[in-house]
Amino acid sequence: MANDGIIANLNKAFENRIRLGIMSILMVNDVVDFKQLKEMLQTTDGNIASHINTLEKKGYVAITKQFIDKKPNTSYSATKAGKNAFKSHLNALEKLIKHK
Amino acid sequence: MKLNGINESNTFTLYFKVLFIMESENKETHLEDLSEIRSMMERSSTFISLSGLSGIVAGLIALVGSGLAYYRLESFYRSTESLEIPFANLYDIRTELITDFILIACVVLVSAIVFGLILTARQARKKGQQLWGSTSKRLFLNLAIPLITGGIFCLILIHHGIYGIAAPASLMFYGLALVNASKYTLRDIRMLGYIEIALGLLASFFIGNGLLFWAIGFGVMHIVYGTIMYFKYDKNA
Repeated sequence: MANDGIIANLNKAFENRIRLGIMSILMVNDVVDFKQLKEMLQTTDGNIASHINTLEKKGYVAITKQFIDKKPNTSYSATKAGKNAFKSHLNALEKLIKHK
Repeated sequence: MKLNGINESNTFTLYFKVLFIMESENKETHLEDLSEIRSMMERSSTFISLSGLSGIVAGLIALVGSGLAYYRLESFYRSTESLEIPFANLYDIRTELITDFILIACVVLVSAIVFGLILTARQARKKGQQLWGSTSKRLFLNLAIPLITGGIFCLILIHHGIYGIAAPASLMFYGLALVNASKYTLRDIRMLGYIEIALGLLASFFIGNGLLFWAIGFGVMHIVYGTIMYFKYDKNA
């Protein structure tokens, strides 16, 4: 039944490439703002925003809105739950590849 | 009961077969996912677009600069040996030599930075990184703090007339800057930093060979490291 467990650990939330990218970036950077995300993911604003929202609903990403020099600034960070979920997703991926 | 058992095991075999097929189809995607994760983590936290070529160019410029400085030093010794110069003029000639040294160092520094920026910008385009993005800003800041401190310190040494320690100090501060900045770029930079620090310490022990250590530290080591990094990163970019 080992295989059953591995499949269960693969997280649907990280199946999408953009979401996978966002989580990878947030694993190694404490806080990232929208501009930096866009710079690294190289996709449209709307695309990033909708995937970020999905991750926030899951409780994996925390969004902080503040004003820097009177300009609105939105920054993102991974929650503890998000980091744990991503780690188990990574472990599941690793096991799947090693099994073959 | 027995029949039931056979049926059950059959369903299991089928289940694993499906899993097996699913997994082998997905394996490619999983591998792609993993490499995507790795590249995102790397690209978002470290500046990986440092160009090896820029190291080679900087090293060559530094060697030419050291050659010029050596030539200038020789002509200084020759002019001090001739008896026709009145003693009072010796001070002026010495000041001229130091001014020329600083001038050569500045030209070497500026031209190495300009070439480095051009080549690194090219590399960043290839790697899909921004030349002035969040990663390069972090790298620049962490490089600049020890480097500017060292630069000012060397100028102060020269101001006090402590010429012998200025060249070794510049090597040591450069090494410390590289070690500090290596967290935010290619790891190879850390080893180069250690070597520069060791060269600086050696040079401060053997005072009077500053120019030789400069040529090794800024010239030869940059060429060696630039070549290593060129073959490691630039070529397959």
